[in-house]
Amino acid sequence: MKAIEMHHLFKQYGDKRVIQDVTVSIEKGELFSLLGVNGAGKSTLIKMLSGLLRPTSGRAVILGYDVVKETDHVKEVIAVSPQETAIAPNLTVYESLELMAGVHGFSKRERQRKVADMLQAFSLTPYAKQRSKTLSGGWKRRLSIAMALISEPEILFLDEPTLGLDILARRELWNVISGLKGKVTIILTTHYLEEAESLSDRICILKSGEVKALGTVEELKSLTAAASFEDAFVALVEEVAI
Amino acid sequence: MRAMMFASRTTKEMLRDPLTLFFGLAFPIILLLLLTLINQNIPDAVFSITNLTPGIAVFGLSFMTLFSAQMIAKDRISELLTRLFTTPMTAKDFITGYTLPLLPMAIMQSVICYGISLLLGMELTWKVPIAILTILPVAVLFIGIGLLCGSLFNEKAVAAICGALLTNLTAWFSGTWFSLELVGGWFEKIANALPFVHAVEMGKAVMRDDYAGILPHLWWVLVYSIAMTLLAIYVFSRKINE
Repeated sequence: MKAIEMHHLFKQYGDKRVIQDVTVSIEKGELFSLLGVNGAGKSTLIKMLSGLLRPTSGRAVILGYDVVKETDHVKEVIAVSPQETAIAPNLTVYESLELMAGVHGFSKRERQRKVADMLQAFSLTPYAKQRSKTLSGGWKRRLSIAMALISEPEILFLDEPTLGLDILARRELWNVISGLKGKVTIILTTHYLEEAESLSDRICILKSGEVKALGTVEELKSLTAAASFEDAFVALVEEVAI
Repeated sequence: MRAMMFASRTTKEMLRDPLTLFFGLAFPIILLLLLTLINQNIPDAVFSITNLTPGIAVFGLSFMTLFSAQMIAKDRISELLTRLFTTPMTAKDFITGYTLPLLPMAIMQSVICYGISLLLGMELTWKVPIAILTILPVAVLFIGIGLLCGSLFNEKAVAAICGALLTNLTAWFSGTWFSLELVGGWFEKIANALPFVHAVEMGKAVMRDDYAGILPHLWWVLVYSIAMTLLAIYVFSRKINE
């Protein structure tokens, strides 16, 4: 079974089509990146796949569940780390993780175990009693991903996980994301080409809501006969107005 | 359990915010002390402590609207709600989780308000706990307005609408600071069509042993409370299923 299947997905606001005829399949355990310039439709696509937005037409299936008709089942197997850090500012790191375990219905004992596991896995133990709002940008992002993973989702959506971070914090988070490869299916949106290049199994380049190209880094480079991935990306989206 | 986990989070967020505590608990006390001081120099029936307390108790509750609206607006902006919308939480869990913590706070605010009034010379009788009980539907009304505004507006608009506009409307149209009959005309008609004066009159009726006088005002408050809460639930549910 595929992790995600999209069949002719469209999203339209009035006359404006923001997602156009997207048909893509994503394998289980794959780290799949959505790459594109601003307004390409990356976040819209993630919102449709996670049940936050209804497609105008077409169908999306997550682990066999239709995202529109079986949203409740979909919500049990996915988790989202949104573009903003999406944390509760006045809760401590421990309480934030416990909240997420609690809203997924885990018992007190399970919550304690899961929180301890996440604190350790994400090196958050020294900050357990610190309020989330006092963490640095990098640690907030790390907490954000830990909050998403605490329910042990099969599919994780990471929407611009390193946005606004300095290069060191970004590299640290890449290590965290790399560590998840193979354990969970990850759909990542990013602006950063090097991020997509170093982390992804496959990359889907979106332009004006359409799939412009899809493949591994090497496949995209050979498709455009480009020397670097950056050149390949520019060649694929160059008609876009600056 | 999901609703309780979320309610626990809302409580912590509220109690750890010094501004919420100041406007929720300290501000009505300061007003009471200030007006009592004025009353000592300018004796006036409107400012007698027995007349004033039900009005201040209702005015204090208008800040509950600001708290609930700001909480939701902040959760929307930070995308915490986006994250939670992808979990198995339902609209009922969210509304319960936002509302429940505010009810004890509203009661605590009224208890403090009446408690200070007792210290300032109001007679201690069994009417006081009954007057505090009449606060409950009023609290639901203000929290409902907050849920609605928080679902519709951003944090800045919420501060303007709930923080400035609603508190002023409550002050002007509740008959707390001046007699509405003295102003008369369209102003009095508008005030009587709104729930604020009825909320205050309920408390005043209790304090003057006029139990038959409670009911007509209670109906006004109940209808507004139920309508606002239902509207808030409808709008919030729409947001989830957007």
